[in-house]
Amino acid sequence: MAIFLTESSKVIVQGMTGSEGQKHTARMLASGTTVVGGVNPRKAGTSVDFTVGDGTVAVPVFGTVADAVAATGADVSVIFVPPAHTKAAVIEAADAGVPLVVIITEGIPVADTAEFFAYAQAKGVRLIGPNCPGLISPGKSNVGIIPADITGPGPIGLVSKSGTLTYQMMFELRDIGFSTAIGIGGDPIIGTTHIDALAAFEADPETVAIVMIGEIGGDAEERAAAFIAEHVTKPVVGYVAGFTAPEGKTMGHAGAIVSGSSGTAQAKKEALEAAGVRVGKTPSETAELMRALLA
Amino acid sequence: MDLFEYQARDIFEKHGVPVLGGVVATTPEQARAGAEHLLGGKPGVVVVKAQVKTGGRGKAGGVKLARSADEAAEKAAEILGMDIKGHTVHRVMVAAGARIAEEYYFSVLLDRAERRYLAMASVEGGMEIEQLAVERPEALARVAVDPLVGIDAAKAAEIAATAGFDAEVAPLVAEVFQKLWTVYQAEDATLVEVNPLVRTEDGAIVALDGKVTLDENAGFRHADHAELEDVAAADPLEARAKEKGLNYVKLDGEVGIIGNGAGLVMSTLDVVAYAGESHDGVKPANFLDIGGGASAEVMANGLDIILSDPQVKAVFVNVFGGITACDAVANGIVAALEILGEHATKPLVVRLDGNNVAEGRAILSAAAHPLVTLADTMDGGADAAAALAAARRDAA
Repeated sequence: MAIFLTESSKVIVQGMTGSEGQKHTARMLASGTTVVGGVNPRKAGTSVDFTVGDGTVAVPVFGTVADAVAATGADVSVIFVPPAHTKAAVIEAADAGVPLVVIITEGIPVADTAEFFAYAQAKGVRLIGPNCPGLISPGKSNVGIIPADITGPGPIGLVSKSGTLTYQMMFELRDIGFSTAIGIGGDPIIGTTHIDALAAFEADPETVAIVMIGEIGGDAEERAAAFIAEHVTKPVVGYVAGFTAPEGKTMGHAGAIVSGSSGTAQAKKEALEAAGVRVGKTPSETAELMRALLA
Repeated sequence: MDLFEYQARDIFEKHGVPVLGGVVATTPEQARAGAEHLLGGKPGVVVVKAQVKTGGRGKAGGVKLARSADEAAEKAAEILGMDIKGHTVHRVMVAAGARIAEEYYFSVLLDRAERRYLAMASVEGGMEIEQLAVERPEALARVAVDPLVGIDAAKAAEIAATAGFDAEVAPLVAEVFQKLWTVYQAEDATLVEVNPLVRTEDGAIVALDGKVTLDENAGFRHADHAELEDVAAADPLEARAKEKGLNYVKLDGEVGIIGNGAGLVMSTLDVVAYAGESHDGVKPANFLDIGGGASAEVMANGLDIILSDPQVKAVFVNVFGGITACDAVANGIVAALEILGEHATKPLVVRLDGNNVAEGRAILSAAAHPLVTLADTMDGGADAAAALAAARRDAA
């Protein structure tokens, strides 16, 4: 099972012919992802060769997402195009009926995200990101930029706003392994929330326990805590970054900002604890909590 | 990026939002000239308003009436240099006076939780809106705005009706709401707030104050936004880091921090602060995210900024090699220390994990730089860096 992404997922890459897109397509192929095509209107009809193991895989390039879907039956698109073009790319994927669109691009104006989110939501398309590392169901499929070699399949589900904290936590618990690890992104508006991922992990038979990583800004963690109290029966451990962040300063992620007294790490930690979530003080302490839970 | 009131006023004017005349001044003489211009030789009133990016300036004495150009200069002299909640007043705006019949409130902002926009309006403006929202929530209309539709005529009328504007005033304010939406959309704002929006005695609707926050991610389609930035107010190290494209926030502490990825760096600050609790209370000195590709140049630029901070006594480099391999990061550190030469004077604790970690550690061990210590874990590295910073602070 795993969530959102399985061994049968067929993936296209919007922006595959760019340098980032090319680099990460190679990595996705190397980790076993079924990448069936790329999209670039100026290079339609060509293909790009990728070295995978001892062989070469030629990935065809299509002029539009619709063409790519018609030819390949793709059901996932991952977007590596620059911020100025991301809105058009997401809308194109939604129009082509791709049910899952993963947006890696960082630096998208939030008005664009608000628009393409509303558009995708009306069409029933799930977005992950933007400004996210994507998601990996180890041993099955890997969409985005998460390193595939940190750990393998296992019983833990992981949801996080941060890429490198996702990697750090996968590394801490590498001997146990993960059903799916998903980075939902650090922007003020994101397509898939902690709650969406928690609900999917709750429903996934392969996931035994869940790690939820949050950070300062907004109240997504507080709302996730309320959801956990009501709807999640599987054990959850939590971690929140940004206790030392000053008020009014954006800490790297566009959404990571404490405004007045709202969005603080302390408030998030307290909300999670009130919902019965054990919250670690550091990533390694959080990993220990999970280890104790599964022992 | 938060704008000053005078900048918001100018943007409002550009998009047809009714505002009063206003002139920004950094000296009493400029304030006098501005008042003369606004009064045009006739008797009247101007308002001298401190330009600070914080609320409560009225209570702090940062807004004063003047009945002549000379008095405007006097009031400006009083206000310039004032400290309002930690913000020094470097500018005032001299604004035309208005005969106010009623004060209203309007704002439109990003609603992160609902992933759309939220318009708020009230017929009871003037007071702190947070206070109104708590004390009389029923007096503050909250209306959802669909990002694909915006505030069109129908939505503007809905907002006015929900807020309880009477039939005479409603169409007038609704027109202004649409113009303020134009500001929000055309300028890529994440907040446009007018408090108070007033009806004057002669029936005009005017934005008397304005608060605008712009989305920095949208800077690529607004070349003119760069000049709105208050460069003088920026921390000098933050300004230098920004020039070099580094994501840096100056904090008040002794342990310099470099890491990759916003979440991991935030976490590193926290872990260092916890470690500091058992090392004489030392704290993290900064946030610095060097991003995924930690090249030697980026590492050198980052180290250079951090080592220029006189408060920094030790540095903790915390990198998880995901896409970037640890050997590349290690080479970056070695090369950065070479580039910096004698400028590198403070001890570095380096923790590497992830992709090619053995090779990375081997490179740093072989380089055997006298300032560099390797740490096995994030917690261990934080503790070592905090201990070094505490010892060096005491020695200083």
